[in-house]
Amino acid sequence: MMAASCQYSAGERRDPGFFRRMWAMVVKEFVQMRRDRMTFATMIIVPIMQLVLFGYAINTDPKQLPTAVLTRDDGPLTRAVLAAMKNTDYFDFRVQVRDPEELDRLVRSGEVQFAVEIPASFERDVRRGDRPSLLVIADATDPVATGTAVSALQGLIDTALRRELRGPDDTIAKTEAPFAITLQNRYNPEGITQYNIVPGLLGVVLTMTMMMFTALAVTREIERGTMESLLAMPIKPVEIMIGKIAPFVLVGFVQMTIILGAAHILFDVPIMGSVWLLVVLATLFAAANLAVGYTFSTLAENQLQAVQMTFFFFLPNILLSGFMFPFRGMPEWAQVIGELLPLTHFLRIVRGITLKGIGFADMQVDVLALVLFMLLAMGLALVRFRRTLD
Amino acid sequence: MKEIAIDVNGLTKSFDGRTVVRDLSLEVPKGEIYGFLGPNGSGKTTTLRMLCGLLTPDSGEGTCLGYDIRIEADAIKRNVGYMTQRFSLYADLSIRENLEFVARVYGMPDPKGAASRAIARLGLTGRQDQLAGELSGGWKQRLALGACILPEPRLLLLDEPTAGVDPKARREFWDEIHGLAAEGITVLVSTHYMDEAERCHELAYIAFGELLAQGTAKEVVAQSGLSTWIVSGGDLHRLGAALQVRDGIDMVAPFGAELHVSGRDEAALDAAIKAAKNADGAHRWTRGAPSLEDVFILLMDEAKDNFA
Ligand SMILES: Nc1ncnc2c1ncn2[C@@H]1O[C@H](COP(=O)(O)OP(=O)(O)O)[C@@H](O)[C@H]1O
Ligand SMILES: [Mg+2]
Repeated sequence: MMAASCQYSAGERRDPGFFRRMWAMVVKEFVQMRRDRMTFATMIIVPIMQLVLFGYAINTDPKQLPTAVLTRDDGPLTRAVLAAMKNTDYFDFRVQVRDPEELDRLVRSGEVQFAVEIPASFERDVRRGDRPSLLVIADATDPVATGTAVSALQGLIDTALRRELRGPDDTIAKTEAPFAITLQNRYNPEGITQYNIVPGLLGVVLTMTMMMFTALAVTREIERGTMESLLAMPIKPVEIMIGKIAPFVLVGFVQMTIILGAAHILFDVPIMGSVWLLVVLATLFAAANLAVGYTFSTLAENQLQAVQMTFFFFLPNILLSGFMFPFRGMPEWAQVIGELLPLTHFLRIVRGITLKGIGFADMQVDVLALVLFMLLAMGLALVRFRRTLD
Repeated sequence: MKEIAIDVNGLTKSFDGRTVVRDLSLEVPKGEIYGFLGPNGSGKTTTLRMLCGLLTPDSGEGTCLGYDIRIEADAIKRNVGYMTQRFSLYADLSIRENLEFVARVYGMPDPKGAASRAIARLGLTGRQDQLAGELSGGWKQRLALGACILPEPRLLLLDEPTAGVDPKARREFWDEIHGLAAEGITVLVSTHYMDEAERCHELAYIAFGELLAQGTAKEVVAQSGLSTWIVSGGDLHRLGAALQVRDGIDMVAPFGAELHVSGRDEAALDAAIKAAKNADGAHRWTRGAPSLEDVFILLMDEAKDNFA
């Protein structure tokens, strides 16, 4: 004790040097890192999550796309054409319909990516050399999702139908193509990527900003000590929650006006459907994300944790919602996760309204999903909200 | 019979298996200033929080203003002003905005008017637009008290309201509290300043979660059965160390240039002092009255032997 204090007496105190001082900092940082479990988890989980999502879930060459088919002719040639399409691995004939309206509806609502219509007396016309046309409708909202499948159609007639048309009609096969494929690229006929991305950005921006705003709401009050006063006042958790969410709905409203305006003015993104419906549903979406952020806020112990949670949530939203990569290109499990994310449903809504001009009737499921999501998040937040300091 | 504002029995609270408040019973008469004394970490804040519904007691029961503390927290919150130990108004709101917020949460009919009156009462009219976070410690405390009394509570729970505040501001703060008590408001105020204990009508002393003494300052001193000698002269530190080990001396505590030497057993203490006096002629020895502080230090030492 005495010896130590002598060693450090003012006159003799040595400069400990760069390395020792730096080492002191390193040791302290490690200790603090170990204390903060959440940061520790982030360091391990984020790389794994990214690896799995990017490695397994992302596929820019989606196969097995849901396709509806309307066959007005039921001959062997029709079957051969469909079989050939199926063999390309791009088309998965899931729905058989009877009238063209139903075909349109399926494409419009996004239930299928492609629709194929085989005209009446297709086979007879082919054999007569009339070169009939087979109609393929593609939902080109996302040009990436349909691109490769469409190019696979080109070689289809040549490669796959040779066999079927050989024999007595050999001559036909040798000449030019025996029938044509009319491709209808709907909703985004020129395949402009911005048309798909920019409306989607509305959803991404709202997700990120809204969640950030409320994620800090409760933890900030706890960290600054104001929560103790607040809890001692006669105010109820639900009043605190709605009071904290409501102002940001307005912020979301401003953001959406800016993005939609810019989309229209800078990128010429069309708004085919009702702007008002879009505004109402975007507000609902903003509220859903605010509720998620608020829930994180009640779960997290401090502001840093709250931010980390929003990041955790944001990552799959970006990757699995169909914003960056075609939703249908993902494996089944990734699509299931995607269905659980609010952004997935909002992207369908916003792209549907801007590019396809769909109305409420064609997106009831997605709206319902958003409402459920919001109520669930709010319910969880209220359950988790600590009314006491216990 | 006196009306009782706080009447709790057997309050116990533990965190992570450590009992922080043990079997605490308190009876605070209406309209009194009741001091709640104890060293840091003794469980004062925890007790106040249990009284206003911010913490749920593990066991025990009681009422605050006649409302059951376990099931009527909402009613208690409407009628109790709780001033936290740490400043808990919004640092990034102005004085006026903070007060208006409080007035609105309590559903006062005219929040702006209520805030204006509170600002005038605080003497902050010229500074009402200043951010609360920019105020000095003393003003922060006054503002916090102003916010507490704004909704006209019937009971005030003040948690170390004068900690870190300069003596003048402390004096003004206590004048204000006495004014409030005169209006019929009950005040339970925690502190670890001994001089403030003398300003309370009644007080309770808590250490290690255990209530050790209760009553008026006089009663607490009398109950302790303590006798004290006051020693002055040179090198008191060395003398104190020597006295500490003598039988009959329970406690030696320095007070400025004096040493307070106290014991529970008057005869034994006198004998010990006599022996010490004979061995040492360099100091002045006088028989004195024990102060509250002597009593509290002794109580705490004894409690430490029992619990720590
Ligand atoms: N929320 C809590 N979790 C764990 N321990 C706590 C908590 N609140 C208080 N304590 C502990 O309980 C003891 C009493 O604290 P407190 O009531 O704040 O004392 P005081 O206000 O008298 O200084 C302290 O040891 C403190 O560390
Ligand atoms: Mg305290």
